[in-house]
Amino acid sequence: MDKLKNNIIQSDGLKAPVIRIGALQWIRSNLFNGVFNSILTIVTLLLLYKVVPPFIKWAFIDSFWFSTAKECSAGDGACWSIIPANIRFIIFGFYPHELHWRPLLAMIMMVGLILYCKNRDHWKKSLIYIWIAGLIIMGLLMKGGLFGLTSVDSDQWGGLPLTLMLSVFGMVAAYPLGIVLALGRRSKMPAVKTVCIIYIELIRGVPLISLLFMSAILFPLFFPQGVTINKIIRAQAAIIMFTAAYIAEVVRGGLQAITRGQYEAAESLGLNYAQKMRLVILPQALKIVIPPTVGILISAFKDTSLVVIIALYEILKTTRTALADPAWMGFSPEAYIFVALIYFVCCYTMSNYSRRLEKELHS
Amino acid sequence: MISEATKNSIERSSEDKIIEIIDMNKWFGDFHVLVDINLTVYKGERIVICGPSGSGKSTLIRCINRLEEHQKGKIIVDGIELTGNLKNIEKIREEVGMVFQHFNLFPHLTILENLSLGPIWVRKVPKKEAEETAMYYLEKVHIAEQANKYPGQLSGGQQQRVAIARSLCMKPKVMLFDEPTSALDPEMVKEVLDVMINLAKEGMTMIVVSHEMGFAKSVAHRVLFMDFGQIVEENTPHEFFDNPQHDRTKLFLSQILH
Ligand SMILES: Nc1ncnc2c1ncn2[C@@H]1O[C@H](COP(=O)(O)OP(=O)(O)O)[C@@H](O)[C@H]1O
Ligand SMILES: [Mg+2]
Repeated sequence: MDKLKNNIIQSDGLKAPVIRIGALQWIRSNLFNGVFNSILTIVTLLLLYKVVPPFIKWAFIDSFWFSTAKECSAGDGACWSIIPANIRFIIFGFYPHELHWRPLLAMIMMVGLILYCKNRDHWKKSLIYIWIAGLIIMGLLMKGGLFGLTSVDSDQWGGLPLTLMLSVFGMVAAYPLGIVLALGRRSKMPAVKTVCIIYIELIRGVPLISLLFMSAILFPLFFPQGVTINKIIRAQAAIIMFTAAYIAEVVRGGLQAITRGQYEAAESLGLNYAQKMRLVILPQALKIVIPPTVGILISAFKDTSLVVIIALYEILKTTRTALADPAWMGFSPEAYIFVALIYFVCCYTMSNYSRRLEKELHS
Repeated sequence: MISEATKNSIERSSEDKIIEIIDMNKWFGDFHVLVDINLTVYKGERIVICGPSGSGKSTLIRCINRLEEHQKGKIIVDGIELTGNLKNIEKIREEVGMVFQHFNLFPHLTILENLSLGPIWVRKVPKKEAEETAMYYLEKVHIAEQANKYPGQLSGGQQQRVAIARSLCMKPKVMLFDEPTSALDPEMVKEVLDVMINLAKEGMTMIVVSHEMGFAKSVAHRVLFMDFGQIVEENTPHEFFDNPQHDRTKLFLSQILH
């Protein structure tokens, strides 16, 4: 008996053996295990050899960074100069030049608020008030007209602030709306359920572009004649409606994954419907669907570029407008790479954060 | 063990009725799952229900806190009749605790949060007080040191004891148990039954669906046998196990005793 105990204690001290492999062995077992993989490896290496060195030469060695358009045309490297030369137009569009500090400050505030929210310790009720205050200040900065700030018509808004605005508001409003729709779709009340199903399926059945067009035609019908609805608000509404329908379906999937026992345990404690959902069901369901939800938010972010079709100058459109300048013609790849980088940074941050959140919430 | 004397000391005056089920019937679609159920439970009484799988035991006790809806007859709990009235249903659920076969703890909350959730949101108890109560009951089920863990980190037996404590935190008047030990590994059954026996000693009104004969003999005032949605036999535990009246009861007992 004592011996047995000793054995158990000893075996506790043992660790699983660590297997070390050399670099060569790693290459063999990962890149050249079998004929097919060997061929793939060789083809990939060849491709990389063909593509990477010329790209580096174009982008970094022969490139121009702060030259004029003329100098660029003479050389054959990348002309990054197009970006510093047009940066203010690309970022701010037609916003009055001397007032650019205002959208800049608004964007910094927005990013600051978002970064502040990343920390889960800050997720308290006061956060809502901070956001409301932040949004009012941002709106004031963009629009002006008070406290001696020059009024800027929203027709002149554009570029990155517009893109951020459409996407952040779009996501923040679409998420709760999507949750409500998902709950509605599972409701026991037939009327609520039908309305939600019709809404979700209708919206998912049409592309965002058509919603954007329709919002231009439909919205005025709901309002008395003479009232014109701001184009940005129309686009914003279309994005929210569209994204919410997709969020709803993802959330519904999460809700279906929660067992009946959880509902019953919550009910048998006497929790009412709202408490049951908010405290027990949704925290679990929403956590499960973090990855697909972030997928939807990311595509919503990118889809804001579609608002060009109702003549809004979001960042992709301001870039294209800058490219229309004859002096800079022919340097579109550089400009597009720049915009792509902005998109990438935003999307990558989102997906990175979602992975972190998932880990933190994993218990 | 609880002495026969304390077991028989239940007053049977009409105002001591806590649950009254009168001619209750329930269907699942065309399937008549509960047939003419009549059952009165008095305060402090402990009832064990047994019967073959699918006989309607779970459905019967789930009707008592309206996890299932009955279609005919009456169920009166603590003086309130169960109807479609949501407010009444919630009021009854506050007073009726339920322990499930599969524990059903909330996996995203710590043990302490699992216990304080109901009191805070339903009973509107201040958070601090709710947590003190939670700790009191956790100590009672010998699991206080696990308060800040998550349910997934506990063994089945521990989880079931937490589930019992969670119900107790609501200070219920009645506790319903639906096969609380049948999902447990054999070595954990006793720790859960011990908690339930202690609860019985304190005079809790309990309805327990269980095939644990030892438990039934030591705490129950009455044992009910259900088959095909009916209460077939009802007797004191000793009479029930040693001298069953109905053939179906005899057959069932011979099966669970091998
Ligand atoms: N939600 C339901 N819908 C349809 N039939 C059900 C449902 N729940 C239980 N049943 C059926 O009702 C009968 C009684 O179930 P139950 O009360 O769980 O029995 P027990 O707990 O005695 O094993 C079973 O035949 C079961 O298949
Ligand atoms: Mg059952």
